[in-house]
Amino acid sequence: MGKRLLLAAALIVATALPAYADKRSDAKAQVSFGILVAQKNLWKEAVRSWERATELDPTYPAAWNNLGIGYEQLGRFTDARKAYEKAMELDPNNTLIRNNNDQFREIYDRQNRRGGR
Amino acid sequence: MIARTAAAAASLALAVGAAGCLSFYEIGVETPIQAKLDVSPFSRVLVAGFVTGGSKNIDPNTETARLLRSQLRTKSDLKVIDSDVMQLADEMDRRKGTVQAPSPNDEPRIKNEQDLLAYEGIFKDAEYWKKIGAEFGMPLIITGSVLFTEVEKSGMVNKPTSFVDSQGITRYQEARTYSDLKGYALSPKFMFIDGRTGEVLYSESFHEERLYPKDQNTPALSTYFELMDSLLPSFLNTLSTQKIRGTRILLK
Repeated sequence: MGKRLLLAAALIVATALPAYADKRSDAKAQVSFGILVAQKNLWKEAVRSWERATELDPTYPAAWNNLGIGYEQLGRFTDARKAYEKAMELDPNNTLIRNNNDQFREIYDRQNRRGGR
Repeated sequence: MIARTAAAAASLALAVGAAGCLSFYEIGVETPIQAKLDVSPFSRVLVAGFVTGGSKNIDPNTETARLLRSQLRTKSDLKVIDSDVMQLADEMDRRKGTVQAPSPNDEPRIKNEQDLLAYEGIFKDAEYWKKIGAEFGMPLIITGSVLFTEVEKSGMVNKPTSFVDSQGITRYQEARTYSDLKGYALSPKFMFIDGRTGEVLYSESFHEERLYPKDQNTPALSTYFELMDSLLPSFLNTLSTQKIRGTRILLK
């Protein structure tokens, strides 16, 4: 009985791992493409790639971080805040993400302080 | 020995591996900040003039109107109306029946914020601004007050000092010394008035100071422009979306 259970668990892990690895590698490809187009100042295309990356792998902090930057550049501040928060939740010790978020928050808070606009 | 070498090789491989995984790219961003005021009902802007006072070394009314007009021409979508700069303080004096002859030594009649208060009533006179608006085709009107005053202060400042170290090399370091300073303070209050109704749509106040060592002779006009330079982005952001430049780190 115990052996069967162990075998079943091993099977589940063995089948799930490649699928997870596939999703992460697909997400990485989307993130890389997003970086490439962002460097050419094509921010809308970059955001589309990073959105796709977060759909493929919602646990990928880099994708959320980049998406935050992309939304910020497009003036979508509420979406940017959520994306940065997700990135920090997934990788709380990453100082690069934290620095990006801090710089964004400086602008975001200033915009929101203006007479309740 | 072999074990130690193996451990060192393993840690090096780990470090290289980690560095390989950690890819990041610095990228320039321009974060757009939305305009504070919806100016879509207006196609033209009139920088009317300002109630000004303080130092007699410059004419803040003319300088401010000229500077704002030139900035708006290049950095906003509104068409700037060319007109004579209005003398709002004279208008208020006329109303109060206290028209003053110019003083022989050109002393300004408004010397401080207290004096300025007596003239602020003009901004609340919606009928007056409505009339001005009708005259110029219902534009957005920019007016307000500008106080440009001389300031003298004493305090600790950082001064570069040199010394020769034990090897005979001259080195420099910052030393905090007590110094007498003088300079100027600029306190503008910009008011944005709807030329159709005469109502104030938005107003914003600023305060900036620049101080120099007392023996340094800095012209008032150059200090004025320096001070205005630091306020202009915020002023322009009232009417149009501005972009804040910065850098962010993209991760892989």
